Amino acid sequence: MTWETVIGLEIHAQLATRSKIFSAASTAFGAEPNTQASAVDLGLPGVLPVVNREVVRMAVRFALATDASITRRSVFARKNYFYPDLPKGYQISQMAFPIVGEGSITITLPDGQEKLIGLTRAHLEEDAGKSVHDLFEGMTGIDLNRAGTPLLEIVSEPDMRSATEAVAYARYMHSLVRYIDICDGNMQEGSFRCDANVSVRQAGSDTLGTRTEIKNLNSFRFLERAIDFEVERQIDIIEDGGTVVQETRLYDADKDETRSMRSKEEANDYRYFPDPDLPPLVIDEAFIESVRATMPELPVARRARFIDELEIAAADAQALCADRQTADYFEAVFEGRQFAPKLAANWMLGELFARLNKEDMALADAPVSARLMGDLITRVDDGTLSGKLGKQVFDALWGGEQDVDAVIDARGLKQITDTGAIEAMIDEVIAANPSQLAEYRAGKEKLLSFFVGAVMKASKGKANPAQLNQILRDKLKA
Amino acid sequence: MHDKTLAEQAALLASGELHSSDLVEHYLQRIEQHGEALNAFLAVDADGARRAAAAADEQRKAGNAGPLTGVPIAHKDIFCTTQMPTTCGSRMLQNFVSPYEATVVEKLRTAGLVTLGKANMDEFAMGSSNENSYYGPVANPWQQDRVPGGSSGGSAAIVAARLASAATGTDTGGSIRQPAAYCGITGIKPTYGRVSRYGMIAFASSLDQGGPMAQTAEDCALLLQAMAGHDSRDSTCSPLAVPDFSATLNAELKGLRIGVPQEYFAEGLDDDVARCVNEALAVLEAEGAILKPISLPNQGLCIPAYYVIAPAEASSNLSRFDGVRFGHRCENPQDIDDLYTRSRGEGFGPEVKRRILIGAYALSAGYYDAYYKKAQQVRQLVSDDFSNAFADVDVIAGPTTPTTAFARGAKSDDPVAMYLNDLFTVSANLSGLPALSAPCGFAEGLPVGLQLCAPANQEARLLNVAHRYQSVTDWHRQIPANFA
Repeated sequence: MTWETVIGLEIHAQLATRSKIFSAASTAFGAEPNTQASAVDLGLPGVLPVVNREVVRMAVRFALATDASITRRSVFARKNYFYPDLPKGYQISQMAFPIVGEGSITITLPDGQEKLIGLTRAHLEEDAGKSVHDLFEGMTGIDLNRAGTPLLEIVSEPDMRSATEAVAYARYMHSLVRYIDICDGNMQEGSFRCDANVSVRQAGSDTLGTRTEIKNLNSFRFLERAIDFEVERQIDIIEDGGTVVQETRLYDADKDETRSMRSKEEANDYRYFPDPDLPPLVIDEAFIESVRATMPELPVARRARFIDELEIAAADAQALCADRQTADYFEAVFEGRQFAPKLAANWMLGELFARLNKEDMALADAPVSARLMGDLITRVDDGTLSGKLGKQVFDALWGGEQDVDAVIDARGLKQITDTGAIEAMIDEVIAANPSQLAEYRAGKEKLLSFFVGAVMKASKGKANPAQLNQILRDKLKA
Repeated sequence: MHDKTLAEQAALLASGELHSSDLVEHYLQRIEQHGEALNAFLAVDADGARRAAAAADEQRKAGNAGPLTGVPIAHKDIFCTTQMPTTCGSRMLQNFVSPYEATVVEKLRTAGLVTLGKANMDEFAMGSSNENSYYGPVANPWQQDRVPGGSSGGSAAIVAARLASAATGTDTGGSIRQPAAYCGITGIKPTYGRVSRYGMIAFASSLDQGGPMAQTAEDCALLLQAMAGHDSRDSTCSPLAVPDFSATLNAELKGLRIGVPQEYFAEGLDDDVARCVNEALAVLEAEGAILKPISLPNQGLCIPAYYVIAPAEASSNLSRFDGVRFGHRCENPQDIDDLYTRSRGEGFGPEVKRRILIGAYALSAGYYDAYYKKAQQVRQLVSDDFSNAFADVDVIAGPTTPTTAFARGAKSDDPVAMYLNDLFTVSANLSGLPALSAPCGFAEGLPVGLQLCAPANQEARLLNVAHRYQSVTDWHRQIPANFA
């Protein structure tokens, strides 16, 4: 029997605001426990929430980026449950009327195919604090610094059919939220977390199987492995004649398995109801338009423009648009320059990325600025530098040099393009190697490279290779 | 001194004939003398009050005084204060001192009022008799075996016994107006959103509203002026400008259309209460008002709807009292469930538990539509009743309560009988409208309250009508014999 996997993802993206969703306390990560929890975050008697407008702006940005409907009148609701790191005994979230309604995004799978993934909704909510179990003997510590941190919970349709697709979707979403500046995407710090709803069904069936929800997958690798494990587990159960139980499961990365956290029967009755402390969140056209005016070009559109207008190869365009910094850097390299953008792409994806990978560095930390990169490529394009000399200059820039022409002058790296000078060097080499000349003229043409190498050596690597080749061929023939 | 109204005292303070220090000392003495008998204060900050009074007198001397500088007040113990505990009448918050101050307290302090202490109340404002306080019941100054009403029973008793010039209260289903009626004072529940709820411990967030309790409408106008206004810390607080409530107090009532709901004068209304209210209506008619019989057809649905919505919100609002961060925590909890169960079991009294259970039930899966959602629909109907009525009348008048203050213990075993005390008051909360109770007579030695209700944001109209009424009557001038 063949099985089909059905996956939907819930992604919690922490919105990159300076203050919390309902209080003025800072959202900075890593402070001393409970130093960033205000009276509101602590849920003291009598306190009230006030919505941070920045959070609303970010949710609208997300909606505009995913072609989603924006709820003109969304409602905050209370999700009631007791947990020590949930100060009020309820989480303020959105239930019946989320701020972002249905939308969709197009993802590119590893094989280059595109797939449309539906988005069910995205809603605003506050994060809980943290329980610290390993700090005090026999007791649990509570750190409420994270309490009230704004989250956008992004819920997809069950449109993914494999762990690979799920990862491609999650990666795209990860890139998108950073692209539109609403989330820093830091998965180690929990700024971007995934829960996966996974079920299997017989291929061809149009009803969904019983799903399990896998919680808190904080890396793409874990997401992939957890889904693969879970799919296999479910298929084994069904093929053994059993039935999958609807439950919440936790992925254990050390054991590479999922295990049961709580069943549907144990699930809380959250007693959702509209939060009477917060009037409905009303969003008008003017606000939406003001947000739209600040939207960056989205990755899909940008990639298309790179391909169509800049004549960048599809795969290169995809790589350049993976995140906004890379694409911005790329455009900054050729902006206002004479050379073709394609040259900039080649240098970035070649020399620059190779070096970043080798040094395990991010583009943001690269010592070579886009301006210097543009200066360098300009000198290659105008013939001052050969590609090979260009790489030497790149090395110098990586080492901290800040002026391309100064490097060329100081190190005498300027390419020799003077025909007379190149001819003179060739004549000298030919004169010094009469036996090789005779062999070449007798038909041993592969000796050409011997002569090229010898002349290049004589020029200290600076002869223009194209000119050298042309003149040398002519002279050898004669 | 204490037989003067707050407005009269303020005038004497302004003219220099009276000093805040003397006035405060006088009240502290009266509290010393009468406080215990009434059990109306949960905390008295004598030193703090003396310091504040001295500062007020200095301010007066320096010419920086406002109209209320130096006037002594008591705060219902639901308002967070930093200098005294805020217990909300509960064991759960015994000795709890808030690290921040409620907006209302801050505003009144900034306006120069001197805080004498904190007033007793029904636990978490749940009750109509003040018998639900963990710190013991409050006696009605008129007859001490009677309840003062609730939940702002301590505040009402304090004002009635002249132990402070005024007090703050909160009103979720009648908790300012009903005790005001039972104790023979004037109290106004403003329009929902007129007064900030920040720092006012939440009972039912969509119904709770703070307001002043004092001898007269004129006093209430002065106090409300200082309490009201937008607060960026409360998202439900109205951004509307606050009118000058005192400016229109004396406006003539000629041609004012007063609606009298037939539903209020039906079975269950005490004859003496009906008589007093009818006499009051006649006084208003003599002042030039036109009485018009009206109907509020959904009046009968108010109590059931209220007793779903208020407990539902309360069940959630009171979840934060879990023994984890503040408030009562049980001894030696075995695990987290034990900590929750016993801390809450020990910290909350029976009425609070009853309402948490009712509320949690009403919100639970499978019952939400039948209870909470249905109650919200009723709420809309009640609001519509008022909108329809106010198309033809300017103010609605009737009794504040069906009876006068009942004997302590008389309804303790019958929650439904107790809830019926709110029969005439909850509709104003459900619809968010301003409503006021003013003394309008006595029945067998106990005060009767006249309730006035107006369209949203028309507190000025209520205060005007009540003030005109008080200009030609002296019910509000009566002081219980034991406290003269």
